[in-house]
Amino acid sequence: MSAFTDLRALPRRRTRSLAADSDTRGITSEFDRRQPLVGLLRRAVHVGLLLFLVVAALGPILWLAKSAITPTQDTLRQPMALWPHGLDLANLKTAWVDLHLSLYFKNTMIIALGSWAIQMLVAVTGGYALAILRPAFGRVIYGAVMMTMFVPVVVLLVPLYLTILDLPVTHASLINTYWGAFLPAGASAFNVALVKRFFDNLPREVIEAARVDGAGDFRLFFYVVLPMSRPVLGVVSVFAVLAAWKDFIWPLVVLPDPAKQPLSVRLPNLAKVTELDVFLAALLISTAIPIAFFVVFQRFFLRGGLDGAVKG
Amino acid sequence: MKIPATARPSLLTRMRGGTGTVVFLLPMLFVFGLFSWWPIVRSMIMSVQVTNLVTPAEFVGLDNFRAVLNDPLIGTAVQNTAWFALLALVFGYPVPLLMAVIMSDVRRARGLYALLAYLPVVIPPAVAVLLWRFFYDASDTGVFNTILGWIGLGPVPWLESSTWAMPSLVIEATWAAAGGTVIIYLAALVSVPPELYDAAEVDGAGILGKVWHVTMPHLRSIMLITLILQIIGTAQVFLEPYLFTDGGPDNATLTVLLLVYNYAFANTTGGDYGKATALSLMLALALAALSAVYFRVTRSWSA
Repeated sequence: MSAFTDLRALPRRRTRSLAADSDTRGITSEFDRRQPLVGLLRRAVHVGLLLFLVVAALGPILWLAKSAITPTQDTLRQPMALWPHGLDLANLKTAWVDLHLSLYFKNTMIIALGSWAIQMLVAVTGGYALAILRPAFGRVIYGAVMMTMFVPVVVLLVPLYLTILDLPVTHASLINTYWGAFLPAGASAFNVALVKRFFDNLPREVIEAARVDGAGDFRLFFYVVLPMSRPVLGVVSVFAVLAAWKDFIWPLVVLPDPAKQPLSVRLPNLAKVTELDVFLAALLISTAIPIAFFVVFQRFFLRGGLDGAVKG
Repeated sequence: MKIPATARPSLLTRMRGGTGTVVFLLPMLFVFGLFSWWPIVRSMIMSVQVTNLVTPAEFVGLDNFRAVLNDPLIGTAVQNTAWFALLALVFGYPVPLLMAVIMSDVRRARGLYALLAYLPVVIPPAVAVLLWRFFYDASDTGVFNTILGWIGLGPVPWLESSTWAMPSLVIEATWAAAGGTVIIYLAALVSVPPELYDAAEVDGAGILGKVWHVTMPHLRSIMLITLILQIIGTAQVFLEPYLFTDGGPDNATLTVLLLVYNYAFANTTGGDYGKATALSLMLALALAALSAVYFRVTRSWSA
């Protein structure tokens, strides 16, 4: 993950960060804010929204954290009680060991990392070819790639499943293999567009200079373009990992073997056969990693509209 | 996608290497070809065929489409999907907008607001639905019913009543998705030039006046896009009805995509891939037509 740590060394971007406290004015002016009634009302609205967000967004997660270590009977009888009558920390261990959560967790990791690798490979090489190498037929290919963005996912579900079931020419089947989960994730027009637009905006002089110095396609790619691309690689990476972690319908279809399924596909089945407190512990474990991931990489997610990455 | 017929003259001269270009294009061509372009073509072929994967596929013309349209469940599914989309619009469209407008005015700790708003988006949808399924427990000791009990309301039957099931699904779906839209609006809002607010004040606009005359016009084009994207997204709703209610009670939450899934993959009735692709194609065409009309009608509205 060293690619991310170096980001701080990059020059400040022109676009204002959403998270940063803005130094310029917004809807209300200094004058508005100094009026007692308006100021009070404004503060009330802000605090009200904060309270609402804490209750609505954080509330369910806090409730889950509490109930995961509360005995089932307590949760059933008084779901909103602040303090449980007894702690049941063993739930987490029971879920991890007895429900084989460790296995499904590992599967989820494999799917997330594999999908990430394929998405990166496709987007970066494709973006490089289209933006920097610019073959004569590049516009046609880019058009065909972008077109897929307008095809609703629903159209692809069944034919994609049948393609995975019986690949053209080789007649191999990717059902119950992780390749069946990785490869279709790579066909993301969004990623290609993002990376291509970033490469389009790289300084041409640097690329021309490397060319003059005799850099071939590969050398240019590895030593010039990739080192300049950390911001966009970071954005594509965090969204790819999170999307793979959240995915449900595709792994459900392509991995019918329970021993290969990720958490999100296994959990609904476990719900039917598991005691409530242990099941809630399983839900907590399944949520903890994406939340931690999000908190660590929040600036990638919260930059909004991906502007920063595209403008570079 | 419009491709100019005449490429720029410099294009050919810029072409280098040949082999290098092909090597770099290969992963993209392979993955898109096999897992995107081919399935798209194949869905059109399959919609006019009957296939059981054992015997060779047989051409049947429009029979699949006819069979789908004659399915007594199709009307229900279309109605439910439209109802879901409408409810999601009523609940889900104004909420992120309102939140983003307020958040853009927050001076300190705006990052905390954004973090909290986005938090539900990162929770895996399957986990969220399973958690909410418990919240929606219909007994008076269910989580939501306990809360309603504090203010003397309820108990509400939530997922167990065909009237309440769909709104319950929509509330959870809105909760899960709103954060993403908030961040999009917020990004647009921080780019409003401050001079515009100054100018509005000079013209005597109050706070609401500034929101109405400066903030909203600035957001107009992005609002038009989020609106159609939301409609396209909700028209393909699957996870909520599948995991919350499996289409019940009494098919009250059977949506179009759930019907597609059932045609293709359900245990007893599944395996009808022709019908499944025919229905997905019809949904896709309906959405394409809707978007085309939408963009034509709204073209003059966006700034």
